[in-house]
Amino acid sequence: MTDQFKMTVRNLNVFYGKNQALKEVGLDIRTNKVTALIGPSGCGKSTFIRTLNRMNDIIPGVRVEGKVLLDGQNIYNGNVNVTEIRRRVGMVFQQPNPFPKSIFENVAYGLRIRGAVKKNSDLAERVERALIDAALWDEVKDRLHSSAFNLSGGQQQRLCIARALVIEPEVILLDEPASSLDPMATLKIEELLQELKHRYTIVIVTHNMQQAARVSDWTGFFLMGEIIEYNETAEIFTRPKDKRTEDYVTGRFG
Amino acid sequence: MAVFWAAALLVLAGLLAIIIFLVIRGIGVIDAEFIFGMPRAGGRDGGIFPMIVGTLSIIVIAIAVAAPIGIGGGIYLSEYAGRHPLSRIITFGAEWLAGVPSIIFGLFGFAFFVVFLGWGLSILAGGMVLACMILNETIRTTQEAIKAVPTSYRAASYALGATKWQTVSRVVLKSAAPGILTGIILGIGRAAGETAAIMLTVGSFMALPTSLFSSVRPMSLHLYLLATAEVHDGAVARAFGTAMMLLLIVFAANLSAHAITKRFTRSLR
Repeated sequence: MTDQFKMTVRNLNVFYGKNQALKEVGLDIRTNKVTALIGPSGCGKSTFIRTLNRMNDIIPGVRVEGKVLLDGQNIYNGNVNVTEIRRRVGMVFQQPNPFPKSIFENVAYGLRIRGAVKKNSDLAERVERALIDAALWDEVKDRLHSSAFNLSGGQQQRLCIARALVIEPEVILLDEPASSLDPMATLKIEELLQELKHRYTIVIVTHNMQQAARVSDWTGFFLMGEIIEYNETAEIFTRPKDKRTEDYVTGRFG
Repeated sequence: MAVFWAAALLVLAGLLAIIIFLVIRGIGVIDAEFIFGMPRAGGRDGGIFPMIVGTLSIIVIAIAVAAPIGIGGGIYLSEYAGRHPLSRIITFGAEWLAGVPSIIFGLFGFAFFVVFLGWGLSILAGGMVLACMILNETIRTTQEAIKAVPTSYRAASYALGATKWQTVSRVVLKSAAPGILTGIILGIGRAAGETAAIMLTVGSFMALPTSLFSSVRPMSLHLYLLATAEVHDGAVARAFGTAMMLLLIVFAANLSAHAITKRFTRSLR
Protein backbone atom coordinates (compact mmCIF):
# COMPACT_ATOMS: atom_id res chain seq x y z
CA MET A 1 0.00 0.00 0.00
CA THR A 2 1.80 3.09 -1.17
CA ASP A 3 -0.07 5.55 1.02
CA GLN A 4 1.75 3.98 3.90
CA PHE A 5 4.96 5.27 2.36
CA LYS A 6 5.09 9.01 1.90
CA MET A 7 8.49 8.82 0.26
CA THR A 8 10.39 5.94 -1.27
CA VAL A 9 14.08 5.93 -2.09
CA ARG A 10 15.61 3.34 -4.42
CA ASN A 11 19.16 2.86 -5.67
CA LEU A 12 20.26 6.28 -4.52
CA ASN A 13 23.85 7.16 -5.36
CA VAL A 14 25.21 10.63 -4.65
CA PHE A 15 28.59 11.95 -5.77
CA TYR A 16 30.42 15.10 -4.77
CA GLY A 17 32.76 15.32 -7.76
CA LYS A 18 34.61 12.02 -7.73
CA ASN A 19 33.74 11.28 -4.14
CA GLN A 20 30.80 8.92 -3.62
CA ALA A 21 28.85 10.02 -0.56
CA LEU A 22 25.90 7.60 -0.81
CA LYS A 23 25.95 4.05 -2.23
CA GLU A 24 22.80 2.25 -3.38
CA VAL A 25 20.63 3.59 -0.60
CA GLY A 26 17.06 2.35 -0.47
CA LEU A 27 14.47 3.14 2.17
CA ASP A 28 10.79 3.90 2.74
CA ILE A 29 9.61 6.87 4.75
CA ARG A 30 6.33 6.05 6.43
CA THR A 31 3.49 8.55 6.44
CA ASN A 32 2.73 10.26 9.74
CA LYS A 33 5.62 8.62 11.50
CA VAL A 34 8.95 9.90 12.71
CA THR A 35 11.88 8.32 10.90
CA ALA A 36 15.28 8.86 12.50
CA LEU A 37 18.59 8.55 10.68
CA ILE A 38 21.56 7.74 12.86
CA GLY A 39 25.21 7.01 12.22
CA PRO A 40 28.69 8.34 12.94
CA SER A 41 29.94 11.66 11.53
CA GLY A 42 30.46 11.64 7.81
CA CYS A 43 28.30 8.58 7.20
CA GLY A 44 26.13 10.40 4.70
CA LYS A 45 22.94 10.95 6.68
CA SER A 46 22.94 14.71 6.07
CA THR A 47 23.60 14.17 2.38
CA PHE A 48 20.73 11.71 2.34
CA ILE A 49 18.23 14.00 3.98
CA ARG A 50 19.15 16.77 1.58
CA THR A 51 18.28 14.59 -1.40
CA LEU A 52 14.73 14.38 -0.12
CA ASN A 53 14.06 18.04 -0.94
CA ARG A 54 16.71 18.46 -3.60
CA MET A 55 18.76 20.82 -1.47
CA ASN A 56 21.85 19.09 -2.83
CA ASP A 57 21.08 20.79 -6.12
CA ILE A 58 22.51 24.07 -4.88
CA ILE A 59 25.91 22.51 -4.19
CA PRO A 60 28.12 22.72 -7.26
CA GLY A 61 29.53 19.46 -8.57
CA VAL A 62 26.88 17.23 -7.04
CA ARG A 63 25.51 14.26 -9.01
CA VAL A 64 22.43 12.32 -7.92
CA GLU A 65 21.44 8.97 -9.40
CA GLY A 66 18.50 6.82 -8.48
CA LYS A 67 14.90 7.44 -7.56
CA VAL A 68 13.35 9.51 -4.82
CA LEU A 69 9.57 9.18 -4.91
CA LEU A 70 7.16 11.54 -3.19
CA ASP A 71 3.66 10.04 -3.31
CA GLY A 72 4.88 7.81 -6.08
CA GLN A 73 6.34 10.61 -8.25
CA ASN A 74 10.09 10.85 -8.77
CA ILE A 75 11.20 14.27 -7.59
CA TYR A 76 14.31 14.11 -9.77
CA ASN A 77 12.36 13.90 -13.02
CA GLY A 78 13.28 16.53 -15.56
CA ASN A 79 9.97 18.38 -15.61
CA VAL A 80 9.47 18.59 -11.87
CA ASN A 81 8.95 22.01 -10.24
CA VAL A 82 11.63 22.17 -7.57
CA THR A 83 10.05 25.07 -5.67
CA GLU A 84 6.90 23.02 -5.29
CA ILE A 85 8.88 20.03 -4.02
CA ARG A 86 10.51 22.26 -1.45
CA ARG A 87 7.13 23.51 -0.34
CA ARG A 88 5.85 19.98 0.15
CA VAL A 89 9.07 18.82 1.78
CA GLY A 90 10.26 21.42 4.28
CA MET A 91 13.56 21.60 6.08
CA VAL A 92 14.86 22.78 9.44
CA PHE A 93 18.60 23.16 9.85
CA GLN A 94 21.08 22.31 12.56
CA GLN A 95 21.88 25.91 13.46
CA PRO A 96 18.73 28.02 13.73
CA ASN A 97 18.89 30.38 10.76
CA PRO A 98 16.13 32.99 10.94
CA PHE A 99 16.32 35.81 8.40
CA PRO A 100 17.43 39.26 9.58
CA LYS A 101 13.82 40.30 9.62
CA SER A 102 11.05 40.51 12.19
CA ILE A 103 9.46 37.39 13.67
CA PHE A 104 6.36 38.01 11.58
CA GLU A 105 8.26 38.52 8.33
CA ASN A 106 10.30 35.38 8.93
CA VAL A 107 7.20 33.25 9.08
CA ALA A 108 5.46 35.15 6.30
CA TYR A 109 8.41 34.73 3.92
CA GLY A 110 7.30 31.43 2.41
CA LEU A 111 3.87 32.90 1.70
CA ARG A 112 5.15 36.19 0.31
CA ILE A 113 7.44 34.58 -2.24
CA ARG A 114 4.52 32.61 -3.59
CA GLY A 115 2.22 35.62 -3.71
CA ALA A 116 -0.74 33.35 -3.12
CA VAL A 117 -2.00 35.06 0.04
CA LYS A 118 -2.96 38.59 -0.94
CA LYS A 119 -4.92 40.00 1.97
CA ASN A 120 -2.94 41.14 4.99
CA SER A 121 -5.50 39.70 7.36
CA ASP A 122 -5.20 36.28 5.76
CA LEU A 123 -1.44 36.52 5.95
CA ALA A 124 -1.58 37.41 9.64
CA GLU A 125 -3.92 34.50 10.28
CA ARG A 126 -1.64 31.99 8.55
CA VAL A 127 1.39 33.32 10.45
CA GLU A 128 -0.44 33.04 13.75
CA ARG A 129 -1.53 29.50 13.02
CA ALA A 130 2.00 28.45 12.10
CA LEU A 131 3.39 29.98 15.30
CA ILE A 132 0.73 28.17 17.34
CA ASP A 133 1.57 24.87 15.65
CA ALA A 134 5.23 25.43 16.42
CA ALA A 135 4.44 26.06 20.11
CA LEU A 136 5.86 29.56 19.90
CA TRP A 137 2.82 31.83 19.65
CA ASP A 138 2.39 32.62 23.34
CA GLU A 139 5.99 33.64 23.67
CA VAL A 140 6.04 35.99 20.72
CA LYS A 141 2.49 37.23 20.17
CA ASP A 142 3.24 40.59 21.73
CA ARG A 143 6.39 41.23 19.75
CA LEU A 144 5.73 39.90 16.28
CA HIS A 145 7.42 42.85 14.66
CA SER A 146 10.60 42.78 16.67
CA SER A 147 13.75 41.23 15.29
CA ALA A 148 13.96 37.45 15.19
CA PHE A 149 17.43 37.70 16.66
CA ASN A 150 16.00 38.76 20.00
CA LEU A 151 14.78 35.20 20.53
CA SER A 152 16.74 32.53 22.34
CA GLY A 153 18.28 29.64 20.40
CA GLY A 154 15.43 27.30 21.17
CA GLN A 155 12.84 29.92 20.25
CA GLN A 156 14.66 30.68 17.01
CA GLN A 157 14.58 27.01 16.11
CA ARG A 158 10.84 26.86 16.75
CA LEU A 159 10.55 29.98 14.62
CA CYS A 160 12.30 28.11 11.83
CA ILE A 161 9.82 25.30 12.28
CA ALA A 162 6.93 27.77 12.08
CA ARG A 163 8.51 29.24 8.96
CA ALA A 164 8.48 25.78 7.37
CA LEU A 165 4.96 24.96 8.58
CA VAL A 166 3.28 28.07 7.21
CA ILE A 167 3.45 26.84 3.62
CA GLU A 168 1.67 23.63 4.56
CA PRO A 169 4.27 20.99 3.79
CA GLU A 170 3.61 17.27 3.88
CA VAL A 171 7.04 16.18 5.03
CA ILE A 172 9.34 17.94 7.46
CA LEU A 173 13.06 17.22 7.38
CA LEU A 174 15.13 18.10 10.43
CA ASP A 175 18.90 17.92 10.28
CA GLU A 176 20.10 17.62 13.89
CA PRO A 177 17.64 20.32 14.96
CA ALA A 178 18.50 20.29 18.64
CA SER A 179 22.24 19.78 18.57
CA SER A 180 22.97 23.44 19.30
CA LEU A 181 20.28 23.76 21.98
CA ASP A 182 20.25 23.28 25.73
CA PRO A 183 18.39 20.27 27.24
CA MET A 184 15.23 22.25 28.06
CA ALA A 185 14.95 23.62 24.55
CA THR A 186 15.73 20.17 23.15
CA LEU A 187 12.91 18.65 25.14
CA LYS A 188 10.48 21.25 23.81
CA ILE A 189 11.48 20.42 20.25
CA GLU A 190 11.11 16.69 20.87
CA GLU A 191 7.65 17.17 22.35
CA LEU A 192 6.74 19.34 19.40
CA LEU A 193 7.75 16.60 16.99
CA GLN A 194 5.49 14.10 18.73
CA GLU A 195 2.61 16.54 18.16
CA LEU A 196 3.52 17.32 14.58
CA LYS A 197 3.79 13.73 13.41
CA HIS A 198 0.02 13.36 13.54
CA ARG A 199 -0.31 15.80 10.66
CA TYR A 200 3.06 15.56 8.93
CA THR A 201 5.66 12.98 8.02
CA ILE A 202 8.89 13.63 9.90
CA VAL A 203 12.44 12.67 9.05
CA ILE A 204 15.10 13.57 11.56
CA VAL A 205 18.86 13.21 11.44
CA THR A 206 20.41 12.90 14.84
CA HIS A 207 23.75 11.94 16.29
CA ASN A 208 22.10 11.52 19.67
CA MET A 209 20.95 7.93 19.98
CA GLN A 210 18.87 8.48 23.06
CA GLN A 211 16.99 11.15 21.17
CA ALA A 212 16.40 8.76 18.27
CA ALA A 213 15.12 6.15 20.68
CA ARG A 214 12.82 8.65 22.41
CA VAL A 215 11.42 10.40 19.43
CA SER A 216 11.19 8.05 16.45
CA ASP A 217 9.06 5.19 15.22
CA TRP A 218 11.50 3.91 12.61
CA THR A 219 15.28 4.23 12.54
CA GLY A 220 17.81 3.87 9.75
CA PHE A 221 21.48 3.28 10.53
CA PHE A 222 23.96 4.73 8.06
CA LEU A 223 27.63 3.86 7.82
CA MET A 224 30.09 5.10 5.19
CA GLY A 225 27.41 6.11 2.74
CA GLU A 226 25.36 2.95 2.99
CA ILE A 227 22.19 2.09 4.81
CA ILE A 228 23.12 -0.83 7.01
CA GLU A 229 19.85 -1.48 8.75
CA TYR A 230 16.39 0.03 8.77
CA ASN A 231 13.71 -1.14 11.14
CA GLU A 232 11.27 -0.12 13.84
CA THR A 233 13.13 1.88 16.44
CA ALA A 234 12.54 -0.60 19.23
CA GLU A 235 14.03 -3.37 17.11
CA ILE A 236 17.10 -1.37 16.10
CA PHE A 237 17.95 -0.56 19.68
CA THR A 238 17.10 -3.86 21.35
CA ARG A 239 17.53 -6.53 18.66
CA PRO A 240 19.77 -5.15 15.91
CA LYS A 241 20.34 -7.66 13.14
CA ASP A 242 23.69 -6.37 11.89
CA LYS A 243 26.75 -6.45 14.09
CA ARG A 244 27.79 -2.97 12.97
CA THR A 245 24.42 -1.62 14.07
CA GLU A 246 24.80 -3.34 17.40
CA ASP A 247 28.29 -1.90 17.86
CA TYR A 248 27.05 1.59 17.12
CA VAL A 249 23.96 1.60 19.29
CA THR A 250 25.83 0.10 22.18
CA GLY A 251 28.42 2.82 21.89
CA ARG A 252 31.38 0.76 20.79
CA PHE A 253 32.13 3.41 18.18
CA GLY A 254 30.67 6.63 16.85
CA MET B 1 51.63 48.65 22.55
CA ALA B 2 52.64 52.24 23.14
CA VAL B 3 54.01 52.44 19.61
CA PHE B 4 50.61 51.59 18.12
CA TRP B 5 48.90 54.06 20.37
CA ALA B 6 51.36 56.74 19.33
CA ALA B 7 50.82 55.92 15.65
CA ALA B 8 47.05 56.27 16.03
CA LEU B 9 47.50 59.54 17.86
CA LEU B 10 49.77 60.79 15.09
CA VAL B 11 47.11 60.10 12.48
CA LEU B 12 44.49 61.87 14.53
CA ALA B 13 46.85 64.78 15.11
CA GLY B 14 47.52 65.07 11.40
CA LEU B 15 43.82 65.17 10.60
CA LEU B 16 43.15 67.74 13.29
CA ALA B 17 46.06 69.85 12.08
CA ILE B 18 44.63 69.99 8.59
CA ILE B 19 41.15 70.85 9.80
CA ILE B 20 42.29 73.48 12.26
CA PHE B 21 44.60 75.11 9.73
CA LEU B 22 41.83 75.26 7.13
CA VAL B 23 39.33 76.63 9.61
CA ILE B 24 41.65 79.35 10.85
CA ARG B 25 42.54 80.51 7.35
CA GLY B 26 39.14 80.05 5.79
CA ILE B 27 36.46 80.73 8.38
CA GLY B 28 36.72 84.45 7.81
CA VAL B 29 35.11 84.28 4.39
CA ILE B 30 32.33 81.85 5.18
CA ASP B 31 28.97 83.59 5.27
CA ALA B 32 25.67 83.37 3.43
CA GLU B 33 27.04 85.45 0.59
CA PHE B 34 29.96 83.07 0.17
CA ILE B 35 27.82 79.99 -0.01
CA PHE B 36 24.97 81.36 -2.09
CA GLY B 37 26.55 84.29 -3.89
CA MET B 38 28.14 84.55 -7.30
CA PRO B 39 31.90 85.06 -7.73
CA ARG B 40 33.30 88.46 -8.57
CA ALA B 41 36.67 89.56 -9.95
CA GLY B 42 37.57 86.12 -11.15
CA GLY B 43 36.82 84.52 -7.79
CA ARG B 44 38.92 86.87 -5.71
CA ASP B 45 35.74 88.31 -4.34
CA GLY B 46 32.17 87.20 -3.85
CA GLY B 47 30.82 83.69 -3.38
CA ILE B 48 31.18 80.16 -4.74
CA PHE B 49 27.61 79.15 -5.38
CA PRO B 50 28.18 78.10 -9.04
CA MET B 51 31.14 76.01 -7.91
CA ILE B 52 29.06 74.20 -5.33
CA VAL B 53 26.41 73.54 -7.96
CA GLY B 54 29.15 72.38 -10.31
CA THR B 55 30.53 69.88 -7.81
CA LEU B 56 27.09 68.57 -6.91
CA SER B 57 25.95 68.18 -10.50
CA ILE B 58 29.04 66.22 -11.47
CA ILE B 59 28.56 63.99 -8.45
CA VAL B 60 24.95 63.35 -9.40
CA ILE B 61 25.92 62.25 -12.91
CA ALA B 62 28.77 60.12 -11.62
CA ILE B 63 26.55 58.31 -9.14
CA ALA B 64 23.67 57.96 -11.59
CA VAL B 65 25.99 56.07 -13.92
CA ALA B 66 28.28 54.24 -11.51
CA ALA B 67 25.67 53.06 -9.00
CA PRO B 68 23.51 50.89 -11.26
CA ILE B 69 26.45 49.51 -13.22
CA GLY B 70 28.59 49.00 -10.13
CA ILE B 71 25.88 47.43 -8.01
CA GLY B 72 24.53 45.36 -10.89
CA GLY B 73 28.03 44.24 -11.78
CA GLY B 74 28.79 43.39 -8.17
CA ILE B 75 25.60 41.33 -7.88
CA TYR B 76 26.31 39.51 -11.11
CA LEU B 77 29.90 38.69 -10.18
CA SER B 78 28.93 37.51 -6.70
CA GLU B 79 25.78 35.58 -7.39
CA TYR B 80 25.61 34.51 -10.97
CA ALA B 81 29.02 34.36 -12.56
CA GLY B 82 30.54 31.96 -10.06
CA ARG B 83 33.83 30.53 -11.18
CA HIS B 84 33.30 31.29 -14.83
CA PRO B 85 36.60 32.48 -16.37
CA LEU B 86 34.87 35.63 -17.65
CA SER B 87 34.20 36.76 -14.10
CA ARG B 88 37.86 36.47 -13.25
CA ILE B 89 38.76 38.60 -16.25
CA ILE B 90 36.23 41.24 -15.25
CA THR B 91 37.45 41.29 -11.67
CA PHE B 92 41.06 41.59 -12.77
CA GLY B 93 40.17 44.37 -15.18
CA ALA B 94 38.33 46.26 -12.46
CA GLU B 95 41.25 45.96 -10.05
CA TRP B 96 43.67 47.13 -12.69
CA LEU B 97 41.42 50.08 -13.44
CA ALA B 98 41.71 51.15 -9.82
CA GLY B 99 45.43 51.69 -10.19
CA VAL B 100 45.19 54.08 -13.13
CA PRO B 101 46.27 57.62 -12.14
CA SER B 102 43.46 60.14 -12.22
CA ILE B 103 45.15 62.43 -14.70
CA ILE B 104 45.18 59.60 -17.21
CA PHE B 105 41.48 59.13 -16.64
CA GLY B 106 41.19 62.83 -17.35
CA LEU B 107 43.11 62.46 -20.57
CA PHE B 108 40.95 59.55 -21.65
CA GLY B 109 37.86 61.50 -20.76
CA PHE B 110 39.05 64.45 -22.79
CA ALA B 111 39.90 62.38 -25.82
CA PHE B 112 36.75 60.27 -25.72
CA PHE B 113 33.89 62.18 -24.13
CA VAL B 114 34.91 65.75 -24.87
CA VAL B 115 36.38 65.37 -28.35
CA PHE B 116 35.34 62.07 -29.90
CA LEU B 117 31.73 62.07 -28.72
CA GLY B 118 31.62 65.80 -29.14
CA TRP B 119 30.21 66.56 -25.72
CA GLY B 120 32.72 69.34 -25.16
CA LEU B 121 33.88 70.39 -21.74
CA SER B 122 30.77 69.55 -19.76
CA ILE B 123 29.18 68.21 -16.62
CA LEU B 124 28.30 65.10 -18.58
CA ALA B 125 31.89 64.41 -19.62
CA GLY B 126 33.20 65.05 -16.11
CA GLY B 127 30.49 62.93 -14.54
CA MET B 128 31.18 60.04 -16.89
CA VAL B 129 34.90 60.09 -16.16
CA LEU B 130 34.26 60.16 -12.42
CA ALA B 131 31.84 57.28 -12.85
CA CYS B 132 34.63 55.25 -14.46
CA MET B 133 36.90 56.10 -11.58
CA ILE B 134 34.57 55.07 -8.78
CA LEU B 135 33.15 52.09 -10.64
CA ASN B 136 35.75 49.67 -9.40
CA GLU B 137 35.24 50.55 -5.78
CA THR B 138 31.48 50.34 -6.16
CA ILE B 139 31.72 46.85 -7.62
CA ARG B 140 34.16 45.82 -4.94
CA THR B 141 32.08 47.17 -2.07
CA THR B 142 28.97 45.50 -3.44
CA GLN B 143 30.79 42.18 -3.74
CA GLU B 144 32.13 42.42 -0.20
CA ALA B 145 28.74 43.33 1.18
CA ILE B 146 27.14 40.37 -0.57
CA LYS B 147 29.88 38.01 0.49
CA ALA B 148 29.29 39.00 4.09
CA VAL B 149 25.74 37.66 3.97
CA PRO B 150 25.78 34.26 5.71
CA THR B 151 25.11 31.21 3.53
CA SER B 152 22.66 30.01 6.14
CA TYR B 153 20.23 32.73 5.04
CA ARG B 154 20.42 31.53 1.47
CA ALA B 155 19.96 27.90 2.49
CA ALA B 156 16.89 28.83 4.51
CA SER B 157 15.46 30.73 1.56
CA TYR B 158 16.02 27.92 -0.94
CA ALA B 159 14.62 25.34 1.48
CA LEU B 160 11.38 27.33 1.53
CA GLY B 161 11.19 27.00 -2.24
CA ALA B 162 12.44 30.47 -3.23
CA THR B 163 14.00 30.98 -6.64
CA LYS B 164 17.51 32.34 -6.99
CA TRP B 165 16.26 35.81 -7.85
CA GLN B 166 13.87 35.86 -4.88
CA THR B 167 16.68 34.80 -2.60
CA VAL B 168 19.00 37.47 -3.97
CA SER B 169 16.48 40.31 -3.87
CA ARG B 170 14.57 39.53 -0.68
CA VAL B 171 17.31 38.17 1.53
CA VAL B 172 20.81 38.79 0.20
CA LEU B 173 20.41 42.35 -1.08
CA LYS B 174 18.35 43.42 1.90
CA SER B 175 21.17 42.27 4.16
CA ALA B 176 23.87 43.72 1.96
CA ALA B 177 22.11 47.07 1.41
CA PRO B 178 23.83 49.05 4.17
CA GLY B 179 27.25 47.92 2.94
CA ILE B 180 26.40 48.74 -0.65
CA LEU B 181 25.00 52.14 0.29
CA THR B 182 28.11 52.93 2.29
CA GLY B 183 30.22 52.16 -0.76
CA ILE B 184 28.19 54.55 -2.88
CA ILE B 185 28.46 57.34 -0.33
CA LEU B 186 32.19 56.90 0.02
CA GLY B 187 32.33 57.13 -3.76
CA ILE B 188 30.58 60.46 -3.48
CA GLY B 189 33.22 61.64 -1.09
CA ARG B 190 35.94 60.67 -3.53
CA ALA B 191 34.22 62.21 -6.51
CA ALA B 192 33.77 65.50 -4.68
CA GLY B 193 37.50 65.96 -4.25
CA GLU B 194 38.66 64.80 -7.65
CA THR B 195 40.60 67.51 -9.46
CA ALA B 196 42.93 66.14 -12.12
CA ALA B 197 40.36 64.14 -14.02
CA ILE B 198 37.71 66.80 -14.12
CA MET B 199 40.16 69.55 -14.98
CA LEU B 200 40.43 68.09 -18.45
CA THR B 201 36.79 67.28 -18.94
CA VAL B 202 34.75 69.94 -17.28
CA GLY B 203 36.56 73.15 -18.12
CA SER B 204 36.49 75.97 -15.62
CA PHE B 205 33.56 78.14 -16.54
CA MET B 206 32.42 80.15 -13.57
CA ALA B 207 28.75 80.62 -14.37
CA LEU B 208 25.84 78.52 -13.21
CA PRO B 209 25.31 75.57 -15.55
CA THR B 210 22.35 75.72 -17.90
CA SER B 211 22.43 72.13 -19.13
CA LEU B 212 24.34 68.91 -18.76
CA PHE B 213 26.59 70.11 -21.55
CA SER B 214 27.56 73.26 -19.71
CA SER B 215 31.09 73.68 -18.56
CA VAL B 216 31.37 74.31 -14.83
CA ARG B 217 34.06 74.94 -12.29
CA PRO B 218 33.80 72.46 -9.43
CA MET B 219 35.01 73.44 -5.99
CA SER B 220 38.16 71.35 -6.19
CA LEU B 221 39.25 73.06 -9.38
CA HIS B 222 38.29 76.52 -8.12
CA LEU B 223 40.38 75.99 -5.03
CA TYR B 224 43.36 75.02 -7.14
CA LEU B 225 43.04 77.98 -9.49
CA LEU B 226 42.62 80.48 -6.68
CA ALA B 227 45.59 79.16 -4.81
CA THR B 228 47.94 79.13 -7.81
CA ALA B 229 46.78 82.18 -9.75
CA GLU B 230 48.42 85.01 -7.88
CA VAL B 231 49.15 86.31 -4.43
CA HIS B 232 46.00 88.10 -3.41
CA ASP B 233 44.48 88.10 0.04
CA GLY B 234 40.95 87.77 -1.17
CA ALA B 235 41.82 84.89 -3.49
CA VAL B 236 43.81 82.95 -0.93
CA ALA B 237 41.20 83.38 1.76
CA ARG B 238 38.53 82.20 -0.62
CA ALA B 239 40.65 79.21 -1.57
CA PHE B 240 40.64 78.17 2.06
CA GLY B 241 36.96 78.90 2.32
CA THR B 242 36.29 76.67 -0.67
CA ALA B 243 38.49 73.98 0.85
CA MET B 244 36.43 74.10 4.04
CA MET B 245 33.18 73.74 2.15
CA LEU B 246 34.59 70.84 0.18
CA LEU B 247 35.74 69.15 3.33
CA LEU B 248 32.28 69.67 4.76
CA ILE B 249 30.77 67.73 1.87
CA VAL B 250 33.25 64.88 2.26
CA PHE B 251 32.70 64.75 6.02
CA ALA B 252 28.95 64.81 5.56
CA ALA B 253 29.28 61.87 3.18
CA ASN B 254 31.45 59.89 5.57
CA LEU B 255 29.26 60.66 8.57
CA SER B 256 26.09 59.57 6.82
CA ALA B 257 27.77 56.37 5.64
CA HIS B 258 28.76 55.70 9.23
CA ALA B 259 25.28 56.50 10.52
CA ILE B 260 23.62 54.22 8.00
CA THR B 261 25.87 51.32 8.89
CA LYS B 262 25.25 51.85 12.57
CA ARG B 263 21.50 52.14 12.23
CA PHE B 264 21.15 49.06 10.09
CA THR B 265 23.36 46.82 12.15
CA ARG B 266 21.50 47.92 15.24
CA SER B 267 18.10 47.10 13.82
CA LEU B 268 19.26 43.59 13.03
CA ARG B 269 20.34 42.75 16.54
